[in-house]
Amino acid sequence: MNTRVAYIASNTFREAVRDRVLYNLIAFALLLSGAAILVGQISIEIEKLVVINLGLTAVSLFGVVIAIFIGIGLVSKEIEKRTLYTVLSRPVRRWEFIVGKFFGLAGTLVVNAFFMAIGVFAALFYVSHKFVRADALILVALYFIILEFVIICSLALLFSSFSSPLLSAVFAFSLFVIGSFAEDLRNFAGMAHGFTRWLATGAAYLVPNFSAFNVITSVAHEQPVAGQLILNNTLYAVFYAIMALSGAVLIFENRDLK
Amino acid sequence: MNQRQKSSTIAAACLVLSLAASSFVLHHVDQLRPQATLDEVLFLSSPKVIKRASLGYDGLMACIYWTRAVQYFGNRHHYYAASYNLLAPLLEITAHLDPHLVVAYEFGSSFLAPQPPFGAGQPKSAIDLMNYGIENNPDNWRLYYDLGFVYFTELKDYKNAAEAFARGSRVPNAHPFLKVLAAQMASHAGDYETARSLWMASYQNTQDKLIRQNAVDHLRALRVDEDVEHLQAAVTRFGERTGHLPASMEELATAERWARIPVDPDGHPYKLTPEGRIEIREPHDFQFATKGLPPGFKAWPTFDAPQP
Repeated sequence: MNTRVAYIASNTFREAVRDRVLYNLIAFALLLSGAAILVGQISIEIEKLVVINLGLTAVSLFGVVIAIFIGIGLVSKEIEKRTLYTVLSRPVRRWEFIVGKFFGLAGTLVVNAFFMAIGVFAALFYVSHKFVRADALILVALYFIILEFVIICSLALLFSSFSSPLLSAVFAFSLFVIGSFAEDLRNFAGMAHGFTRWLATGAAYLVPNFSAFNVITSVAHEQPVAGQLILNNTLYAVFYAIMALSGAVLIFENRDLK
Repeated sequence: MNQRQKSSTIAAACLVLSLAASSFVLHHVDQLRPQATLDEVLFLSSPKVIKRASLGYDGLMACIYWTRAVQYFGNRHHYYAASYNLLAPLLEITAHLDPHLVVAYEFGSSFLAPQPPFGAGQPKSAIDLMNYGIENNPDNWRLYYDLGFVYFTELKDYKNAAEAFARGSRVPNAHPFLKVLAAQMASHAGDYETARSLWMASYQNTQDKLIRQNAVDHLRALRVDEDVEHLQAAVTRFGERTGHLPASMEELATAERWARIPVDPDGHPYKLTPEGRIEIREPHDFQFATKGLPPGFKAWPTFDAPQP
């Protein structure tokens, strides 16, 4: 990786840590340990399911919230505090700044997810007293969640490159919700005719398809995930993130920062 | 103490006091609204809407709804409620959110099918739930077993019970007793024998303590029902032979050439009333028994609404 990009990425990571982003791990630990202990007493035979479902859902939701709320301020905050001018007055290109910010945020989320994954496995061991081969599938679900973060980080940066933090948050969160309904949108396109069909199909391909990344329920039931899906989801996330980042770079390169 | 420390102390004291005061007031508010209506409200009743609203996290949502169904049933059951209006919708939502949550079908049918106060008294809903479960988990032989169980125990529908057991027996790795049960149903074998096979199977196929205890209670009650039926037949025979009722169990035992006076599963001798009726001595110990109970005896009182 370009050294300047790496510097910006590491600084973004350090800034997030300094902003006490990783404090969410405490809430996560409390949530998971509480669920692991309590669910056995208030429900029937779903202790393991709850730990996996709740654990992975929390990893996903906490990460999405962090990605959106940090991502939206990554560019605008630098402009507001005028630190961006100091950075850009050095031999740093605008695209390097955007890409560096992206890797810094994605890195923060990966570290966060790593610690949460340890928590999920610890809670799983607490309720099951052992690990079975199928538990390895949780790693696939975690990998898909990280791919989801990659897309959301790139989208948050895209919106941050031209909009205010508040509007960026609204746009990013809306896209997250719409992306969760992407398959419905596709089904709707299939049922529509004429111009509506074209419009709906276009929208269905434009919005990120987050439903393809959600394998939490099937993993909780120990259903295997196809290797082909892992490969295709990886490629989709990479291409989509590149697309969104390219958009962010394009806007940022042409933005008048005076 | 400087000004800042003084302010901090006052603020801390206010915080603690106001927290205590608000908790106290809330406690009184709760008393004014006994058993707030939350238990009886399902704000969203469409499984499809809830699935959409879960934003893809439907597995967790299913666990939440399943826990809610368990809590609802447990609460109503605890107060011997006569109605379980929300149980079927809660289970339907759970099953639609996660069609592979087998536990919801297995336990759900045993919550729905039995008559109140042991269940919701909705065997048709239990059958619908099981059929949905089988549709989504066709390789799980336990679901066919549970379906046949409901048909037999609650509806005495031998034909459909036999069909359910037979379909289950064709599932790969199905337990061999499904074939036996299918044959028993098809031949309309004695109810006691079949019911005993079913409850024995229930006992053997679970590690859950509550289900095992329930099976044991049913097996004990079955033995009582069977004993009482036999003893009552003996009383009738005695009456037909002698023209009068036996004066005591000893007289009946002598006439029937029994080695000793018959006893219930707890070892208490059965009782013969002056009217010639066979009764168990401790009816409260056999909650599922249907025979040998004193006239008007009810093991469980029933209420229309949960009691505080």
